[in-house]
Amino acid sequence: MWTFINKLGSPRWFYAISARLLPWLWAAAAVLIAVGSIWGLAFAPADYQQGNSFRIIYVHVPAAFLAQSIFVAMAVSGLIFMVWKIKIADMAAAMMAPLGAAMTFIALFSGAVWGVPTWGTWWMWDARLTSMLILLFLYVGVIALRGAFSSRDSASRAASVLAMVGVINIPIIKYSVDWWYTLHQPATFSVTSRPAMPLEMWMPLLIMVLGFYCFFIALTLTRTRSEILRRESTKRWVRELAGEGG
Amino acid sequence: MSRAKPSAPPQREPHGGLVVALRATFKRDLILLLRRRGEVLNPLVFFALVITLFPIGISPDPELLSTIAPGLLWVAALLAALLSLDSLFRGDYDDGTLEQLLLSPQPLAVLALAKVAVHWLLTGLPLALMAPVLGIMLSLPAGSYLVLALSLALGSASLSLIGAIGAALTVGLSRGGVLLSLLVLPLYIPVLIFGAGAVQAAILGDAVSAHLAILGALLAVALMFAPWAIAASLRISING
Repeated sequence: MWTFINKLGSPRWFYAISARLLPWLWAAAAVLIAVGSIWGLAFAPADYQQGNSFRIIYVHVPAAFLAQSIFVAMAVSGLIFMVWKIKIADMAAAMMAPLGAAMTFIALFSGAVWGVPTWGTWWMWDARLTSMLILLFLYVGVIALRGAFSSRDSASRAASVLAMVGVINIPIIKYSVDWWYTLHQPATFSVTSRPAMPLEMWMPLLIMVLGFYCFFIALTLTRTRSEILRRESTKRWVRELAGEGG
Repeated sequence: MSRAKPSAPPQREPHGGLVVALRATFKRDLILLLRRRGEVLNPLVFFALVITLFPIGISPDPELLSTIAPGLLWVAALLAALLSLDSLFRGDYDDGTLEQLLLSPQPLAVLALAKVAVHWLLTGLPLALMAPVLGIMLSLPAGSYLVLALSLALGSASLSLIGAIGAALTVGLSRGGVLLSLLVLPLYIPVLIFGAGAVQAAILGDAVSAHLAILGALLAVALMFAPWAIAASLRISING
């Protein structure tokens, strides 16, 4: 087991193993997202209260899930990098950050679009929107900090520390924002107390969530592979791969 | 299997060393900051200035001001505390003291804690003491002044600890100022919510002990985790 992890930690092995996994992951992501979106957008029944506008959850909810999981994944990678000095973990964390920020933005934007027919406004200081906005700022902070250092090693370690500090704070922020919201605005319309979804509405959502996760893993692997080539461009195996000859 | 050894003094020495180092760091920082009075006074002046801007920008109507005063006072104090963070490690970084602290046999986390304590003593605490005066100017309802000062005193300690992580991460960067606020402000939000909430509750006549207790809990968590994060960040900044 340990040797396998060690092997995986070496860029060259990682590059080889991920090449075998990637086609499957991309195919799974494509199939799941295609099935989920066609089912969700065309065949799932319309909501009796919100009509067709509810269908935006098929993008909104998976994006929101990913936005939070990516931050945790980034912090875990940061921890692995700090403790065991596995460079792959840091490359993956660096590649995940923009994707996480993009997912947070998608979740916020789709939430705002959904708010127009439902709340009659683009923005409400709703607890979930507010904590998502703060999450976006946390992502921007990690990305900006990584960009600010001139030495790559310092940048990696600083970003790892910040991601870990952030991940400890996310639950605290989330609960305090929830608490703040219930204190200031008695919830008139709450998304949480939505009546239980029927299976035909819920299944496509599950498929979409799975599809988004596959997409995230596949994209992270692909981006990490190109980052390996970029960082290890002086190594012999990379040069052989590029056809320059050893 | 261990027999009591008579050589107690060498064993007690590291402990004494830690206390001595802690006291020395604390005293040194306190003296240094007190000699540069401008740096101590600037956040306070900034606090007063920002509070002056709001009635000018919004309205001098006491009714309106008194409803938004708790939030205004807390946000302004938070920004003033943020402003002073950049200089927390800057001087020590520039003159090489930080490297000496890093090389010293005592744990860096504890020494950093001493520096943060001095920062709070000369920034957070004065801000908390000054806030009631500015509260009068914003016609903050009576009965909430003590809670305002208390919540700020408690909350600003957490702000100093969390902010010190950001300051330690950015101290090696030449233009860390804006980045520092970007890193630190999102982490300040829970403290702001419960701090301003405490003052709000005092105005409404609710029990404030719950809010203050949560502020205390946040401080306890920050005290537990922040020193290690600060130490790790300082190591990164020194090496890079």
